Amino acid sequence: MRIDCDVHGRPPTMAELMPHLDPYWAAYAEEAGIGAPAGIVAVYPPGAATTGDPEGGASLEALREHLDRQQAAHAVLNCVYGLEGLRNLDFASAVASAVNEWLMAEWLDRDPRLRAGIVVKAEDAAGAAAEIERRRGDERFLQVLLPARSERPYGDRSYLPLLEAASEAGLPVAIHFGGFTGNPPTPIGWPSYYIEEYVGMAHAFEAQLTSLVASGAFEQLPDLRVVFVESGFAWLPSAMWRLDKEWRGLWREIPWVKRLPSETIRERVSVTLQPIDPPPQRERLAQVIEQIDCERMLLFSSDFPHAHDRSFEQAFEGILDPGLERAIAADNARALYRL
Amino acid sequence: MSAEGRRYVVARVHELPPGARKLVTIERREIGVFNVGGEFFALRNRCPHQGASLCAGRLVPVVQSRAPGDHKMGDQTLLQCPWHGWEFDIRDGQSWCDPGRLRVRSYDVEVERGDEVGDSERIVDGLVMGPYRADSYPVAVEDGDVVVRLG
Repeated sequence: MRIDCDVHGRPPTMAELMPHLDPYWAAYAEEAGIGAPAGIVAVYPPGAATTGDPEGGASLEALREHLDRQQAAHAVLNCVYGLEGLRNLDFASAVASAVNEWLMAEWLDRDPRLRAGIVVKAEDAAGAAAEIERRRGDERFLQVLLPARSERPYGDRSYLPLLEAASEAGLPVAIHFGGFTGNPPTPIGWPSYYIEEYVGMAHAFEAQLTSLVASGAFEQLPDLRVVFVESGFAWLPSAMWRLDKEWRGLWREIPWVKRLPSETIRERVSVTLQPIDPPPQRERLAQVIEQIDCERMLLFSSDFPHAHDRSFEQAFEGILDPGLERAIAADNARALYRL
Repeated sequence: MSAEGRRYVVARVHELPPGARKLVTIERREIGVFNVGGEFFALRNRCPHQGASLCAGRLVPVVQSRAPGDHKMGDQTLLQCPWHGWEFDIRDGQSWCDPGRLRVRSYDVEVERGDEVGDSERIVDGLVMGPYRADSYPVAVEDGDVVVRLG
């Protein structure tokens, strides 16, 4: 039985969140005429080939059929909700809490296979820590969900209370494709085309990885685990090589980083499978897997209902030894999430 | 103080005050001789990473840290390769990062008495050609002479 570490349900409208929202903030949202955050549509334009479902996510029925087809024991719902664009931190954290209540009522309570990431407003680190604490007893929430594009790199100490709360609760921090903060989505300014933003997301993931390593968060929080979701993974070997190379010469600036960055990354970071970004030739994909050189790192994901050119079976047929295939399909996720 | 090996005088002590260094060639090996706070050290002038002139690097104190944001300067002195900034312990050539993989050959240095040294063993301009290749060499300061031993 597989564990699908990234699936998407249709995100809630503000009207659907109202019953779960604190009355003050429900009135606030109604008076101000606030609809869903803009970030939801920005990340998955309804008609784009990559979006898969124009609703921005699957219906419960579609998702159930998908899990039946996949023979999935569990699936992790990542509800990317665009809260990073909201400037009223208290409102954003209240909405995050309402999204989590809605996830329980509309999804987790309706299919025992479903698990979810805790939606938080990352820039309100104290509020996020409180939300993590609120969900802590419910084992169906098995990670804390953050967008790849944040206002500041996640190694910035303003995020530390969030990372602390997650690691104290034994929950990995899942950094997911997307994020609509108001910063340009590329490091060189505003792009003109959607493909630039879509492909350029890899740079956001790499920047988050570098920031988390340099900050010493992994040294400071020995239980911190990070999952990159929908990040692709072909870029990881070169990111690790470069970090290792430069760390040897530049470590005096970050003397708290006492190990090769790649060792820490292989021990503490996991990556979901889709989108499978190495080239289509099997031997090339096999090379990337060899360069990643870490049996525990990859987690099976379908990213349903988002559309990708190759499934796990199509891409990996004949290139994985059975042990690694089992590890990717389910064992790694079982160990990471204690399923 | 080792009496073994072929003995080369590389400098008078007053030529190498604390903080000074001198590059010499002994038996085809470039060796940097350093005076660090009155103690003498010698390292081969070749970074084991990519062969850079290691002894042209900066001498820096070791930095210690217990947690993010915490810095402390230690007593040990490190030699930082000018190419990639990799650091090597001035005392024994041990690299500080990735210590399992890299070690620069180090040599013992002693101070000896000047009258014990024959002219034929003096190095002029740091250059002595020798037919030998040996694995390790002591260096000393003996009565006013800085002496490197090979073999």
